[in-house]
Amino acid sequence: MELRLEHVLVLSALLFAIGVYGALSRRNAVAILLAIEVMFNAVNVAFVGFARFVGPEHLAGQVFAIFVITVAAAEAALALAIVMMLYRQRRSVNVEEINLLRW
Amino acid sequence: MSDTLLFIAFLLLGALTLSAATLVVTTPKIIHSALFLVLTFLGIAGIYVLLAAEFVAGVQVLIYVGAITVLVLFAIMLTHGPATPASNPVNRQWGLALVVSGALFALLLLAIQGTAWPVSSAALPKSTIETVGVQILTTYVVPFELASLLLLAAMIGAIVIAREG
Amino acid sequence: MVEVAWIIPALPLATFLLIVAVARSAPRLAHALAIAGVGAACLASVAVLAEVVGGAHVERIMAWFRIGQTVFTVGWVVDPLSAAMLVIVTTVSLAVHVYSVGYMHGDAGYARYFAFLNLFTVAMLGIVLAPTLLQLFVFWELVGLCSYLLIGHWYRKPEAAAAAKKAFLVTRLGDLGFLVGILMLWTATGTFVLAEIEAKVAQHALAPGFLTLAMLLLFCGAIGKSAQFPLHVWLPDAMEGPTPVSALIHAATMVAAGVYMVARLFPLFEGAPTALLVVAYVGIFTAFFAATMGLVAHDVKRVLAYSTISQLGYMMAGLGVGSLAAGMFHLFTHAYFKALLFLAAGSIIHGAATQDLREMGGLRRVMPITAITFAVGGLALAGVPPFSGFFSKDEILASALHAGQPVLFAVGLATAVMTAFYVSRARLLAFWGAPRWSASAAGSPGGSRDHAGHGGSADGHDAHAAGAPHDAHGHGAPHESPPVMTAVLVALGIPAALGGLLLGPASGNWFAHFLAPLEKPLPFDLGLAASGTAAALLGLGLAWLMYGARVISPEALAARLRPLYVACFRKWWVDELYGFIAARTLLGLARALAWFDLEVVDGVVNAVGAATRALGRGVRRLQSGQLPAYGLAIYAGVVVIAALVMLGPR
Repeated sequence: MELRLEHVLVLSALLFAIGVYGALSRRNAVAILLAIEVMFNAVNVAFVGFARFVGPEHLAGQVFAIFVITVAAAEAALALAIVMMLYRQRRSVNVEEINLLRW
Repeated sequence: MSDTLLFIAFLLLGALTLSAATLVVTTPKIIHSALFLVLTFLGIAGIYVLLAAEFVAGVQVLIYVGAITVLVLFAIMLTHGPATPASNPVNRQWGLALVVSGALFALLLLAIQGTAWPVSSAALPKSTIETVGVQILTTYVVPFELASLLLLAAMIGAIVIAREG
Repeated sequence: MVEVAWIIPALPLATFLLIVAVARSAPRLAHALAIAGVGAACLASVAVLAEVVGGAHVERIMAWFRIGQTVFTVGWVVDPLSAAMLVIVTTVSLAVHVYSVGYMHGDAGYARYFAFLNLFTVAMLGIVLAPTLLQLFVFWELVGLCSYLLIGHWYRKPEAAAAAKKAFLVTRLGDLGFLVGILMLWTATGTFVLAEIEAKVAQHALAPGFLTLAMLLLFCGAIGKSAQFPLHVWLPDAMEGPTPVSALIHAATMVAAGVYMVARLFPLFEGAPTALLVVAYVGIFTAFFAATMGLVAHDVKRVLAYSTISQLGYMMAGLGVGSLAAGMFHLFTHAYFKALLFLAAGSIIHGAATQDLREMGGLRRVMPITAITFAVGGLALAGVPPFSGFFSKDEILASALHAGQPVLFAVGLATAVMTAFYVSRARLLAFWGAPRWSASAAGSPGGSRDHAGHGGSADGHDAHAAGAPHDAHGHGAPHESPPVMTAVLVALGIPAALGGLLLGPASGNWFAHFLAPLEKPLPFDLGLAASGTAAALLGLGLAWLMYGARVISPEALAARLRPLYVACFRKWWVDELYGFIAARTLLGLARALAWFDLEVVDGVVNAVGAATRALGRGVRRLQSGQLPAYGLAIYAGVVVIAALVMLGPR
């Protein structure tokens, strides 16, 4: 039994599905952000897997993963700033209470 | 390291990562979620090592485990007020969310199964870090510069947003 | 002068504009300007007539505007017909203008009144001078507009407003036919110019049936404007306007327009004998029919209104039997004696503050000039020789007989009896017998119909308006009208009395020769003249027996002939018939269409709107503002699309 691309992709898919579930089922905005980070990582796992098995000679997947990590860092910083802001205004981070766009 | 050993290590790390991730999205306390997220990140970093991506693993540990987790912990502490008694409750639609994510996984599985992956048998370069570095500064130099710009913008944006109010 | 004949309508038009521009709140300036404009036009008309008598004949046509290849023309035509008509219109209009200075004194809308009076004259002169059908139609409609404005002069009075609307709408009904007729001739000949159309007709370029139909449609316009049956209903109601306006409408402008139009298009009508016959019979029927209604009316102005309709019928009959000269001669004499009668009636109304014959009586003692001039006008209308009406009416009857239409002759003669009777009746009721008024009754609320619009005048002279507070002068007893009015009556009395004789037999039928030199003059028939005179005298005698000597009781006679009396009094229920038609058919149709519009057309529109709103109400529930819900929807959508792509048919 050896490690193959499909195994990595299945792991990635599982992680992604878990992240989706987390993002859709939580009330706390920070928890949703955590779930989104899980989803980012799932994507990165797939990228690195592709780098290992599809193009090992130029490792484009690894480069992509690094960019994704960069973007994720930026996203996390901004999103958390927004959450902070939200908390200061509303005294709550419960996304169900934030419905200004309601009809 | 033999292939079998590698596979066993992958399975163990995968199991660790998945259970940690599951706990991230299911534990009732937000602070526990954050801590399990650290475990998830570490597990993934291990998998990166198994996949010959040592540099990515290092970046993962530095940025995710180091920076983002700290950021998240700060955010949790700063937003943990008396108005949020249940720190991380599920919402009303968690059942539906489970169904949707399950369906998504099923579809992804189907896609993985149904695709003829163009697996390459080429050898890995001697030093992956060197290859990645060369790639970033040659082929991907424009995205690289854009990424630095993005980070700058995000930094300014985060400061501005957090200062307001 | 004939080369600049356009100046005749231009002068009053200029004064109209001047009054509107500068004299709206300056009554003296307004009437001075108005009279100056019409007076100048009158002088110019006389000058033009003199030149035309000397043989001048001018037709000037120039391009007005162009649509594609079609050039629309305007111009003016000065021939005997238009020259004579110019003089009639401007002299009567001048008389009415001068008279109005006294009659309308102190009216709130004084300047407006004179401005519109001017415009009315302009419109009529425009018709008279028009050499093209299009121009004729434009001024024709302007006449309709002016009649609306002037009949509704006292627009605060609901009856006046309604009468103005009625006059406008009823004449519009005829104008529709007129317009269609014009367009028919235009499509057939490709021109609006009358002379060219006449030439085409003379060459028999038009199918006879087509021409007959077109001429009948054109005659519809005349039926409306000249108040012929069945569109006569607006004229009695038009009495709601100021009495001088009635005089103008009846004598010179509005109603004369229809007769003049038929006369102007006479060469075309001659090409369509059937249409001409219809004109004759409509005319004589109208003459008889209107006379019956005149027999019983209580309102002096309405008696005169019916007489106008009746006399216009005579004119149409005269034209219809093929005698342009007879019809126009009657138009000429009628213009003066009817203007005289109306202005005299206005004088009565002005002096006695009532227009109901039952409230008058014995007025000849207090209003001698009015009484005499009314008598002159009455005798002229009755057709008693040597007053003017006798000659013109006689000529029409002679033409009818000559044209081989004994029925027309007989009906005309019978109508002449009635005419003499009702005008005599009105005169006797108003001026003879015991007074049926008292000083206190006059000026009481409701005692005046015509003067209701004078309300608000601070001037003592006009304070007899209904409901207006009495001032020191009050109204007192009926009195003679001011000199400015009586002078006009006397001035009009001259042509009314002598016009027929002077331009008729005394000058060897000069008028007829002048207007229609080709028409063979009828020899003077003593028997015919005798029968006409006898008819007039019979009517006068009957009236004297009933209302003068009181030998026959009118009340008993009315009771004996009750159905007939009621029918005449109720105007043969024509108004009711129209009301019924309008209410049952038109309003029903209108209601059905309104229902269709409201329920079906608007219903579709509203349904679209309502459906959109309902959809929006339903769909907006999705906009819960719940972030997880949105996320779930997005992922569910991704799953569904991905499933379709992956599992669906390839």
